[in-house]
This record gives sequence, structure tokens and C-alpha cells, in this order.
Amino acid sequence: MTASTGEAVIETTGMSSELSPFRRFISDYCESKVAIAGAIGVLVVAFIAIFAPWLSPTNPYDLATVDIMDSRLAPGMQMMSGVTAHVGTDGMGRDMLSAMFYGLRISLGVGAMSGFVALLVGVCVGLTAAYFGGRVDMLIMRIVDLQLSFPAILIALVLLATLGKGVDKIIIALIVVQWAYFARTVRGTALVERRKEYIEAAACLALSHRRIVFRHLLPNCLPPLIVVGTVQIASAISLEATLSFLGIGLPVTEPSLGLLISNGFEYMLSGKYWISIYPGIALLFTIVSINLVGDRLRDVLNPRLER
Amino acid sequence: MSVFIIRRLLQSVVVIWVMSLLVFGGVYLIGDPIDMLINPEADQEDIDAAIRALGLDKPITEQYWFFLINAVKGDLGSSFIFNEPALQLILARMPATMELAFAALFLSIVLGIPLGMWAGLHPNSLSGRSIMTGSILGFSLPSFWVGIMFIMFFAVVLGVLPSGGRGETTEFLGLQVSFLSWKGLSYILLPAINLALFKLSLVIRLSRAGTQEVIHQDYIKFARAKGISEKRVILVHVLKNIMIPVVTILGLEFGSVIAFAVVTETVFAWPGMGKLIIESIDQLDRPVIVAYLMIIVFMFIVINLVVDILYSVLDPRVRLQDVKA
Amino acid sequence: MEGEIPTLAVEGLKTFFFTKLGVAQAVNGVSFTVRKGEVVGLVGESGSGKSVTGFSLIGLVDPPGRVVEGKILFRGEDLAQADEDRMRSLRGRRIAMIFQDPMMTLNPVLRIDTQMIEAVRAHEKISEGDARIRARDALVQVGIPSPDERLKAYPHQFSGGMRQRVAIATALLHKPDLIIADEPTTALDVTIQGQILHEVQKLCRETGMSLIWITHDLSVVAGLADRICVMYAGKIVEKGKISDVLDSPLHPYTNGLIGSVPSHNRRGQPLAQIPGMTPSLLNLPQGCAFHPRCPRAGASCLVEPDITEPAKSDHQVRCVNPHLETS
Repeated sequence: MTASTGEAVIETTGMSSELSPFRRFISDYCESKVAIAGAIGVLVVAFIAIFAPWLSPTNPYDLATVDIMDSRLAPGMQMMSGVTAHVGTDGMGRDMLSAMFYGLRISLGVGAMSGFVALLVGVCVGLTAAYFGGRVDMLIMRIVDLQLSFPAILIALVLLATLGKGVDKIIIALIVVQWAYFARTVRGTALVERRKEYIEAAACLALSHRRIVFRHLLPNCLPPLIVVGTVQIASAISLEATLSFLGIGLPVTEPSLGLLISNGFEYMLSGKYWISIYPGIALLFTIVSINLVGDRLRDVLNPRLER
Repeated sequence: MSVFIIRRLLQSVVVIWVMSLLVFGGVYLIGDPIDMLINPEADQEDIDAAIRALGLDKPITEQYWFFLINAVKGDLGSSFIFNEPALQLILARMPATMELAFAALFLSIVLGIPLGMWAGLHPNSLSGRSIMTGSILGFSLPSFWVGIMFIMFFAVVLGVLPSGGRGETTEFLGLQVSFLSWKGLSYILLPAINLALFKLSLVIRLSRAGTQEVIHQDYIKFARAKGISEKRVILVHVLKNIMIPVVTILGLEFGSVIAFAVVTETVFAWPGMGKLIIESIDQLDRPVIVAYLMIIVFMFIVINLVVDILYSVLDPRVRLQDVKA
Repeated sequence: MEGEIPTLAVEGLKTFFFTKLGVAQAVNGVSFTVRKGEVVGLVGESGSGKSVTGFSLIGLVDPPGRVVEGKILFRGEDLAQADEDRMRSLRGRRIAMIFQDPMMTLNPVLRIDTQMIEAVRAHEKISEGDARIRARDALVQVGIPSPDERLKAYPHQFSGGMRQRVAIATALLHKPDLIIADEPTTALDVTIQGQILHEVQKLCRETGMSLIWITHDLSVVAGLADRICVMYAGKIVEKGKISDVLDSPLHPYTNGLIGSVPSHNRRGQPLAQIPGMTPSLLNLPQGCAFHPRCPRAGASCLVEPDITEPAKSDHQVRCVNPHLETS
């Protein structure tokens, strides 16, 4: 009798539902409506960025089609070419909508590119520090700490002041700014994981360093990396926009959203708000969407908060 | 206590030395110092004279020594544009930046701690959620964009506040300040809020997290079990505990406030160091850039030192450890 | 004793926690009385609801928990119905509480004097100087040497035992009618534990206050309490005079508890143990919550037993198959 009731207890206290990790992640993520909105926002922005040349009414880089007579048209007015400028034109007569689509492409491209390379660099450095420990670790982490003690904008400022303007230069600057965040994150997680038994077991099997690090250690460091990566892309886009606004980021020939805003700033006081406002809204929408996704990922992927 | 301060001072000296190596390396080794430090429009004779004056014909160790001596003496080169010692140029603009930074810091503390505590005490209320959403926005919005919006709204649409500049200043302790006159305040208000937004969001988050952690501690329950008023529980027991991390982190962030002033000053045409450095970069006025960098590094280190000491004063546990050490 | 209003009479107290996963019935119909000057031990394993019972009494159950039913009659007044202002004026003044971990009960960033003086002045309009004298006297009372100096110190400058003494002194400031002590000696060394127990016992006798001593350690209450309530899964399974319960336990769970206390009388024999672990409060077994672990369980245990009528004996038990043969 006692035994049978004991079994009943075990049965009722057992797991209520068994979902695959991915399905559970998705359903956890979708618990927040704001986060769903963020994810949709990211998809929209990515879509526009990728298909900008096909979505834009005009090609803002094609100087042949840009007419100075069209400059500073208010939203809804018709340009010389007959195309309606739905959100107006800028000081050079470019259709703002097209300029924004292309600008978004550049902003997002720069952000994603620098984020990705910084992640690669950061992961390699962080894993090296965590796996080898000792002096290597100390040296690397001193550098990381020192760099992180300076604000990103300052480092980028110094680099761009020495390097000059350009898409490649700003990507380099953003990588230099960002790698340390990834390195610190990876090292932190990897140090925790390294102490766990499965790494010891892998070492006992005499697996190579490389195999242990990349096949065993790295996959377990992924969740925090995804979170940091998302947030870093948003902050890279924001930083690039800021630097371009300050006039030390991208060249005028390839305007990102930040540069478009900067160009419009001078016309704003005279009431021509659209040149600055609309790219600003696009930038905002992008950054907020990515951050909403990042915020939710942090909640969902953080094992400490698991309910 | 004094042992602790001396040890920290020594550490700071070491960091400054390392930084001097880095800056020296950056300017003299990676970059071309002739390019970096000598006006490109000077003729060959001037360039030769400058090379001798800067000791660029000497071996590298001697050059470093020269750089170090000059830096210690406060000689960081002269601006090409203004023809003034770079250091003086920057120091003259420092009070404006400092006032802006302190105003921003002040705003983030007096607004951030109450808002954050409120959000921590009422995490599921509408107000608490709104505060947290606001802080996410404060984190993610690029500050230059918010600044532009401020100008757009308050200066262009409403026309109630000036769009930029510093306006009139009042003399206070030998410095020109804005906050003592209404007119001056109207000029500093928007830039200060703009600069504060990021730190404000940070303080809100820290205070909220701190409150939520502290509120569940046994000592809060014990304080309640003593029958003291909820007001005192919050304002003394909770507040004092969250003040420590908030003040520490905010102190450490002071340097970044000064760095971010670069953006705010450019948007609002605030005549501080930040606006100067952007103009200098634009005009390739390299001695000013180098000088700005050295000053910022120095300031960072001083700030870290002050924060560490402040921290030990605030937190009795840290203080005691160092007495024992 | 007869006819006198008891210091505390708890009747059918239920405190539930409304969590995402379901309702945890942490305290599920607990009744007991504490007479004036009496020491009552509340014994149970962790998760049995003994601490929650303690917090329910002073209205400090953390959300999502709350008292859903029952009466807490403190000198005739029902605290379950009292508003927050009334509770606050009672807390610390008429009912005091001492917590388990002395390392955590004192605010680390406030000096001892701040924390004690605020406790005095929360209930009495007296000057800070007078409050300080009161605090000092309380420290002397619990045997803290050089109290003036100690008042100016921070909690981390004290040892665990000293901190618990400070906490006890704080509880004594207003000479309360009832002190609820939630495992106050569990985190301390055995020798310090002995000192504190001795001190508390002495103070109870001197001041005539009542004491509820919450613990999982039977040997602690054995020498301290007048009466004892044994809790299991949110319910009192046995209560009575300490001598009755310890010498002739009726409930198999109490019997198991006594058996698991090491004793030099039974040297060499294997220590008895209760198999299994306390059930999850979200998912209690049907009937008697103890039956899956009970050596005497039978089919009748699937029906929830009532506690025996107090009229028959002061020694009550909630079991269909109690150890009557041993008594």
C-alpha cells in the first residue's frame, strides 16, 4: 500500500510538459507582446536594408538623377523627375525616402559587420583567457578592463581622429570599441563552465585543446553571447550615427542615418523639420526594436531568472 | 585608511605612466609625429626647427623622456589654429564642460534614485513599468537625436528655451557659471537634461535592482518587525544600502559623462572642451587632440581614485578591511 | 491559568502563497495558544510552515503569501483583522521577533545605535539621549560588555553570537508580551547557542513574557519550552506538554523526529531516520500528508484525520493510528 501511493506521488510531481528547447525558447520569448513587436520591427528594418535598391523610388547616389532644383521640398511635393517625395527632399535635392532606405542599409551594415567581427575577435580572446588562465588570462583581462574603463565614444573619437573618415575606418573603430565586451562576457561564462565536470571529462578523454574549446566550451557560452551581441549591434548603430553626426564618421558621399540627421540639423531651425526628423525616426525605430529583442533575450536566456 | 589611499595613489601613478606610454606610442610610433604635431602648412625651415624643439631627431628613449618631462611640466604643444598652448586652450573651456557634467550628474541622482526606488517597490504597477520603459528608451536613444528633439520642441515649436549657446554667466568663486541666474539656467537646462538621460537611465536601473534586492533582505524584515514606519524603512534602511553601489558607479561614470559631453556640446553649441575637440579634429589641430586625450586620461584616473576613497567612506565594511590590511 | 485571556490564541490560521505554479498551502489550519509567561516550541522540518506561521503572527508574510483564514487573537484582539497601522504599533512594542541568521538581521550600513534608537523611538516619543540609554541598558541585559562602545560599532564588527544578542536586545527594548524567535540559534556555534538559550530562558523568567521558539531541533526546545507543537506540511500534527510529547510521542512523525536526535543513551545503535523528504506544498499527498513516509500508514490514512479533541487530553495528535501502545 505504502509503495503504491509513493509511486503516485512521484507521478504527480513529475514534469508537467516536455517541449524541445527551441520550442520552449520561442514560447518563452513570445510571452511578452512588446518583444514580439521588437522582433517584427527588426525583421522590417532588415528587409528594407537588404532590398533598399528595389524599394527606393529613386537612387540617391546617382548624381545624374538628383536635381538641385528639388532641394528642400516639403513632404508630399513632386520632384522634377515626376516622382512624389513622400517625406520631402534634403538640401541637395535627394528624395528623403530613398536616402533613408539607403542610409538604413549603411547603418545596419556597419553595425552588423562590426558587431560580427568584434564577436569573433572577442570570442577568441575571451576563450583563450578562460581556457589557459594564469598569466595569459591576467594580461588579457587587464587590457580588457583598461579599455572598458574608457567610454566607447572616446576611443572611437581618438581612433577616427587618427585614421580619418570612411566606412572601413569606422568599422575598425567600432570593432576596437566592442571586442572587449565580448571578450569579457565569454571569459566570464567560460570560467564558470570550465569548472563543470563535462570539461574535466573531455580533458580526461585527451581531446585536443581546440576541440574542447570550440566543441565543448563555446556552445555553452552562446546564450550570453547572443544577448551581448544583440545589444552591441544596437549600440554600434547608435555610436556610428553619433560619430557621423559629429562629422567624424562616414563621408558625405555615403550618408548613413546619422549623417542624414546631421545634414538636416542646419535646416531645422528654419522649420524644415523633415530632413532631420524622418531619418531620426528610422534610426530610433531600428535601435529600439533591436534593444527590445535584446532585452527579452536576456530575460529568456538567463538561467538565473528561470521560473 | 591612509595606507589604502597611498596604495591607490601609487596604483594611479602606474596607470598614468602606462597611459603616457600608450599615448606616446600612438602619436610618436604609429603615427608620424611630424604630421601629428607640426602644422602641415609650415615651411621646411619651421619644420626643422620644430623637429629640433620636439627632440624628434633624438633616439626613441630620449624622445619619450622628453615627452614625459614636457607633459609633467604641462607642455602638451601648441594649437595650430589658435596659436596658444593646447593645455591652456582646453583648461579655459573646462569650467563650461564641468558645469554641464555636474548638472547632468546632479539631475541623474535626484531624479534617478527616487524613480528607480519607486519602480523597485512597485515593479508591477503601471508607474513602475512606465519608468522602466522610459529607462530602456533613455539607454537606447542616441543622445544627439534626443538633443535635436529637445531643440525642435522647446526652441523651435514652443520657443520657450534657447536652442544653444551658453548665454550669460555669473561669476562664482572665480569661475563663470550658468546656474546662478535664471537666464543662465534656461541655457543649461536642455543640455544638462540631454547629457543626463543616459546616466539617469543607469541610475534608475541600479536603484531598482538594488531596491529589489535589499527589500527582500532579512534586515529589512527585521526593521519592519521593530515597528518602524515604512517611510523610515525605505528612506533609511533601503536608501542607504542602494546609495553605495549607485554613487560608486555614478562616480566611475563621471568620466564618461565628460566624454559624452562631446555630443551634447556639439548639438547645443555649448562652448566646452567637447566642442573644442570636435572642431580640432575637423581642422586637424593635432596638438589639441593629444592634449585633450592626456587630460581626459588624467581626469579618469583622478575620478577613479576619488570614487574608491568615497566608496570606502560610505561602506563601513570596506573601511574596516583596510584598517586591518 | 483558567479563565485568563491567553497572550496569544491562534485559531485555524491559513497562510497561502499564490505563486505562478499554484497555491502553496504553507500554513493550513494551525491552532495553538500561548499563555502568559509560557514558552512554546514550534518544531518541524524546513518547509513545514513553522517560520511562515511566525511571520503570519506579526503580519510580515512576503507576497505572494497572505493570511487567508483564521484568527490570531493577541490578548483578545484579532490581528488577522487589524490594519497595517495597528500592526505596526504592535510590532516591536508588544510582539517582537528574532530571526534565524544574525548575520543578516542587522542592516550592514547602519550603526547599532541607529538601529536600536529608531526601534525605541518608533513607539515612544522620547529624546534621542533617553533612547540611547534604553538601548544601552538592553545591551547590558543580554550580557554585552562595554555597551557604550558597542553602540557606535557597525554590525560587521560583531561576531554572530554578539549580533544575535544585539537582535535579542532590540527585541527586548519595549518589554514585549510576546517574542517570536525564528530559529535564532541555528546559525550559531554550539557553545554560543547554549549561552543564548540560557540567556533567553533567564529573560523570560525575569520579565514574564511569552515566547514562541521556532526550531527544527528538538534538543533545543527540550530544555526550554513548556509546551510544544510539532508541524508537518503546514499542519500541527501533535501538541502538548513538552514532557508528554517527548516521553510518549503519539504521532509517528514526532516519534521519527525524536529517533533522529543522536543521544548518548543509544550509543552504538543505528540512528533512526525518517525516509523520504517533506512533500512539496504545491502538491500534497492525499489524506494525511505524512503517510507516504509513515511506517504505520494504512488505507485509512488516505482520509485527512482531525486533531484529537483537547477535552480528552492536553496532549493532542492528528493521526488515525497513533502510538498509543507506548503511552
